[in-house]
Amino acid sequence: MDQANAENAREERAAGDDAYRRELLEIQKIDFALVELNLYLDTHPGDMQALQQFNQLAQRRKQMAHEFELKYGPMTNFGNSFSRFPWQWIETPWPWQV
Amino acid sequence: MQQSQWREWHPYVSPLDPCPPIRVKRYVVPPNQYITFQPMNLPQFPIQEALFRGTLWPALWSPYEAQRGEKGGT
Amino acid sequence: MWIYEKKLQYPVKVSKCDPRMAKFLMEQYGGADGELSAALRYLNQRYSIPSKAIGILTDIGTEEFAHLEMIATMIYKLTKDADVEQFIQCGLGSHYAAHDRALQYKDSNGVPWTAAYIQAKGDPLADLYEDIAAEEKARATYQWLIDMTDDVDLQDGLKFLREREIVHAMRFREAVEIIKADREQKKFF
Repeated sequence: MDQANAENAREERAAGDDAYRRELLEIQKIDFALVELNLYLDTHPGDMQALQQFNQLAQRRKQMAHEFELKYGPMTNFGNSFSRFPWQWIETPWPWQV
Repeated sequence: MQQSQWREWHPYVSPLDPCPPIRVKRYVVPPNQYITFQPMNLPQFPIQEALFRGTLWPALWSPYEAQRGEKGGT
Repeated sequence: MWIYEKKLQYPVKVSKCDPRMAKFLMEQYGGADGELSAALRYLNQRYSIPSKAIGILTDIGTEEFAHLEMIATMIYKLTKDADVEQFIQCGLGSHYAAHDRALQYKDSNGVPWTAAYIQAKGDPLADLYEDIAAEEKARATYQWLIDMTDDVDLQDGLKFLREREIVHAMRFREAVEIIKADREQKKFF
């Protein structure tokens, strides 16, 4: 029982706190630009500059997400992120709880 | 570029209306109405800002402030 | 196939404990012009639209699920700590009786969501014009919701969602041009 509580306490401190939200915000900012560019490219497939910008941001994003996940655990399911033991995907906080 | 996105119109006011009349009503015409196809190379908001604007492009940005004051009698 | 990302598209913040807004926000959760309607409408139209428009329908449809999640977050934050009395005072008594604090796909009047809210006519112009209209209706609804709250943080999230509708409408209008496939339009590519 105590071990579970200690684990919960540790988990509550690491995720959902100010540092977590701050670092998540950086990813939210770059992900937003990627969504915007993705939609734009869907109707402007020939815009070379936009495409290059998209790819550059995607590269940067991959790196940021990797670092974030090392600290806070997997951000995606079904094998698009890795997990440590025990299975991290089911940990809180979930996005609507943050 | 930033002419106001707001338009005003004046509803008909009857002398028999029971409540204090609203004399001016307003609606928004967002910038997407004037662009058939977004041109390439439009200026962008910086990435640090774009999320909070809701778009990458100032040309598509439409600010909105709460219209709580609309009330009859003016 | 859908992958889920464990983050909101936009950091939703709610500063005022005002469960009254939760009732009104349901309009964008399970209402006719809400995010669920948008997501299901676009994703369903994909199967019959000309190939060049499948990408934009897929991507906007997917983004709408992210917006649905944002609305759910707002409602969740406003109701998770409310007591029964607050539910009753805020006009959510019937909701509580049926659901406790669970969310449900209903509009602000408690009318359950229905597929009658969406359409796929199989004609690309009919479908895309419905999509444009849906985006404008959603934009208007967000304006009314922003009008209804003085919580600046909640307004912030709603303003984001409103701006997204404007951009989506833009993309659908471009899709119409692509579907029209006039010789002139090729200049833009």
